[in-house]
Amino acid sequence: MNLNRRQMLILLPAAAIAWKAVLAGTPEEAPNYTMSDHWWGMLIDIPKCIGCGNCVRACQTENNVPDGYFRTWVERYHVSDWEMKNPQDIMTNPLTDPQVISPDGGKEGFPVDTDASGKYFFVPKMCNHCADSPCTQVCPVGATFVAPDGVVLVDQKYCLGCAYCVQACPYGCRYIHPEKRVADKCTLCYHRITKGLTTACCEACPTGARQLVDLKNPKDPIHEFLKTHSVQVLKPQMATGAKVLYNGLDGSVR
Amino acid sequence: MYPNEVGLQWSVLIVLYPYITGLVAGAFILASLVRIFRVEAIEPTYRLALLTALSFLLVAPLPLQLHLGHPERSPEMYFTPHSTSAMAMFGYIYLWYLMAVLVFEIWLDYRREIVLLSQSSKGLLRLAYKVMTLGSSNISPRSLAIDSRVSWIVTLIGIPSAFLLHGYVGFIFGSIKANPWWSSPLMPVVFIFSAMVSGIAGVMLLYMATTKLRGLKIDIRCVDAIAMYLFYIFIIDFSLEMLDLVHRIYEADESFRSLNFLVHTQLYIPHIVIQICLGTLTPLVLLFITQVVKLPEIVRKRMYAVSGALALIGIFAMRWNVVIGGQLFSKSFLGYTTYKMALVTKEGLLVAVFLTLLPLLFLWVLVKLLPPWPENSAHAPAPGD
Repeated sequence: MNLNRRQMLILLPAAAIAWKAVLAGTPEEAPNYTMSDHWWGMLIDIPKCIGCGNCVRACQTENNVPDGYFRTWVERYHVSDWEMKNPQDIMTNPLTDPQVISPDGGKEGFPVDTDASGKYFFVPKMCNHCADSPCTQVCPVGATFVAPDGVVLVDQKYCLGCAYCVQACPYGCRYIHPEKRVADKCTLCYHRITKGLTTACCEACPTGARQLVDLKNPKDPIHEFLKTHSVQVLKPQMATGAKVLYNGLDGSVR
Repeated sequence: MYPNEVGLQWSVLIVLYPYITGLVAGAFILASLVRIFRVEAIEPTYRLALLTALSFLLVAPLPLQLHLGHPERSPEMYFTPHSTSAMAMFGYIYLWYLMAVLVFEIWLDYRREIVLLSQSSKGLLRLAYKVMTLGSSNISPRSLAIDSRVSWIVTLIGIPSAFLLHGYVGFIFGSIKANPWWSSPLMPVVFIFSAMVSGIAGVMLLYMATTKLRGLKIDIRCVDAIAMYLFYIFIIDFSLEMLDLVHRIYEADESFRSLNFLVHTQLYIPHIVIQICLGTLTPLVLLFITQVVKLPEIVRKRMYAVSGALALIGIFAMRWNVVIGGQLFSKSFLGYTTYKMALVTKEGLLVAVFLTLLPLLFLWVLVKLLPPWPENSAHAPAPGD
């Protein structure tokens, strides 16, 4: 075959791109797991959460989460009597903000409250595994993606560490891993759920406040739960298709 | 504050990046005024503007590279770009702008000089110029006429490219719905106009400084014209920014209270004092005076110099307030963090200062290699003096 210089100039970059595509495309094998059979999410039952921090500790141990960063964390909200009497002032008056604390992500529980008035409740947070996730949308190389089973994952061998996804997540669920220098986040314990186990946080929760749900599985109790309860997602106005469903979520939670 | 939000993701280097690309786009627009819109008064700055744009463009990707967790993986943006990511377009827009617009235009414009220099200079320099001719030494009038025609077309393509280069940077921020300080369709437009302000002010100051350094008199007709363009574009830029501000205050959505608090506390000095009062209103008033009052040349020149410098400070503050300001409040609108700039780390102050000065070094080399002034002007005063 005779190729002149001009043809080579066109062919070489094309071949390089094709070769990169071949290298990028072979997923790991998991013979007993069919991604298209599942659509994962999580149910968080706020009235059941006691703020013990077991989930945060379990997650850190299971996934080697570095200190000071969180794949899941628990916040404690304190909405005062005054706020409850003046709902019009929530988010418009700085003096009436709900008081939110999350010391070390709630890992070691919470200090005893000193103000007995108003109401207290705990809100566990984590990646919402959004179906229309803003974080995967912005990744310049597609290193983070929504898997066919609805889990948002990061290919850490591919991530540039530009942190654009961290900026794009409305829920603050991502961080740049200080040693790996790539984006890190909740994987919904992908290494566990693909083997038929539940996540570390759900496993460790003493009250069943967190439950892994498979929305594609007709036998999952979530379907019955959704028929009888009012559940919400965080920041519905963001239209991210969040799949972490909250039961009993207070309107003051952001 | 969500616990993962406490540390800032984007540092002072990401402030520099839009500042530098803004200078590139602005300088190019100034050059295109000569080429496409035939504003002859500012002809003396044409080549200087092009070389300025090139030297800043060469530095533009460095802050990004230094900021990446894995800079060695950045070529993946070229090989496997993600179609829905604005950032993935960076590499292509950058390369296009660098090679197809700036380098090509400068080459066409300087081809005659390069060929002549490759014949007259000696040693390594001769080799360098030989390489720069790209094997074409034809400088017949017909060939130069073709160059001029092609160069005009390249500039024509260059204007939307410059808009794309910087508008895209604005889009990077403006398209983040999670961040109300950034999320605005006005963002790319504001970025483009502020880019023009900084680029025009930058080239004007460089022109004034280099002319002084060469011991020549500044062509007052030229700086008058540049200052006029600077004034009008500054008004558009300021109006857009105020439109954005008024819109936010009037709509007062759920983020307003949090952002309002930020602007009155941590961002008060960089936003209200430096960006708006010192960096925008003061140069606008000074430029306005030069437009309506008949002032002596020397006063005008000084006022232009002060306005230009203040404009550059103001636009830098604007980039700072966008990039850093946008990360100081929590996405929960409950709580704030602070930014502590390191001194000697990879993303610290020293690196930032070095990256700001590096384009000037590149410009110095480029000016030595490809003198942007008319050949005999080193001996004769510039016209208009």
